[in-house]
Amino acid sequence: MTDPMARRFGSDPAMTGYPPAGSSASLADILERVLDKGIVIAGDIRINLLDIELLTVKLRILIASVDKAKEMGIDWWEHDTSLSSGSSRQEDRALAAENERLRAELAELRRASALPGAQAGPGAAARRGAPARDTAKRRPPS
Amino acid sequence: MSAPPAAPLTYVYAVTPPAPAVRLLLPSLTGVGGRPVTLLHAPGDDPGPVAFVISDVPRPDWDEDALKARFEDLRWLEDAARSHHRVVEALAAHTTVLPLRLATLYQDHAAALGVLRTQGQAFATRLARLSGHTEYGVKVYVRPAPPAEAEPPVAGASPGRAYLQARRAQRSAHEDHYRQAGLATERVAAVARRFTADRVGHPAQSGPLTSASPEENVLNDAYLVPDEHAEAFLEALAGAARGLAGVRVEVTGPWAPYSFAAPPPPPEEP
Repeated sequence: MTDPMARRFGSDPAMTGYPPAGSSASLADILERVLDKGIVIAGDIRINLLDIELLTVKLRILIASVDKAKEMGIDWWEHDTSLSSGSSRQEDRALAAENERLRAELAELRRASALPGAQAGPGAAARRGAPARDTAKRRPPS
Repeated sequence: MSAPPAAPLTYVYAVTPPAPAVRLLLPSLTGVGGRPVTLLHAPGDDPGPVAFVISDVPRPDWDEDALKARFEDLRWLEDAARSHHRVVEALAAHTTVLPLRLATLYQDHAAALGVLRTQGQAFATRLARLSGHTEYGVKVYVRPAPPAEAEPPVAGASPGRAYLQARRAQRSAHEDHYRQAGLATERVAAVARRFTADRVGHPAQSGPLTSASPEENVLNDAYLVPDEHAEAFLEALAGAARGLAGVRVEVTGPWAPYSFAAPPPPPEEP
């Protein structure tokens, strides 16, 4: 049986104290602990601490629910071009792929029937991975 | 016009008792940026109840401007987070530890010692509460419902109707998996009531770092478990997903008590 739990329990952590969980622990599990938990005391890099609080919110998006963040009114990633594609969820990516495929088909049909407005290639490629975000991105951060 | 090298900053990983075991351990550890790890406590005969575990880190790498840029860099952040975690975890194997949040920095040793002087007693109180306890993570995942089997089309059924039937079957399997997840969550809660001292809920994980799996994380809890109950806790949890094919229960840890390091919020005024 290759169940991960069986492996963990097999190591009998209660008796041995600390098996090397750290090296194998997932980055998401580590980040949510070292960034979000742990005791907070004011360091000397005070401005930085504020930045880090802010960035913690940002990074939390990497491991936490996008929907939940939206509920909390956090939507900065929609304005952040460096992260917007990376934070797309699977459905978004699937939609983007389908969108692209349909655009290509449409362009092909237009070309075949010589309809006006056939601007396939570059435009379609540039939209890769950024579905329905065009308007959101242009909105200035509030 | 080369300026003299700037004095290092003091990076603090954790609070621990200044125990001999910790002193023996530190020389074998490597901290953030590959720096050595040392113990910092009040000078003189009485080191006080608690000490900081620190590294001296190069100012240009860790000052405000550097951190601002580097916290945006996931590769750097992963390195720093894993280094920080390695130190905390190694300490936790030998003593009770109060992990500090990543990137807690002081101008120098004197500034850090000032904090130890004023908050040392509060740290010691918190450490005493965590002594003999270990943190474990428990996650419940819902497995995706497989697409319904392509059934032989009923004579005369339109493709559209066949599609809808398949979708309906998949949706019902999907709902069943969520029901199972609810059951698994109740079992986890029942186990926790018997064996744990405290609980902190983390947000369910669903971001890009975790989206490789098609499973949906619906519960992401951290439990503080008295060491004498740890074995029974883990054994009981092994049965949480028994008979529930649509869910997976994952246990992580043991962890240093990250999720329980901060004092609980003061009770609200009635």
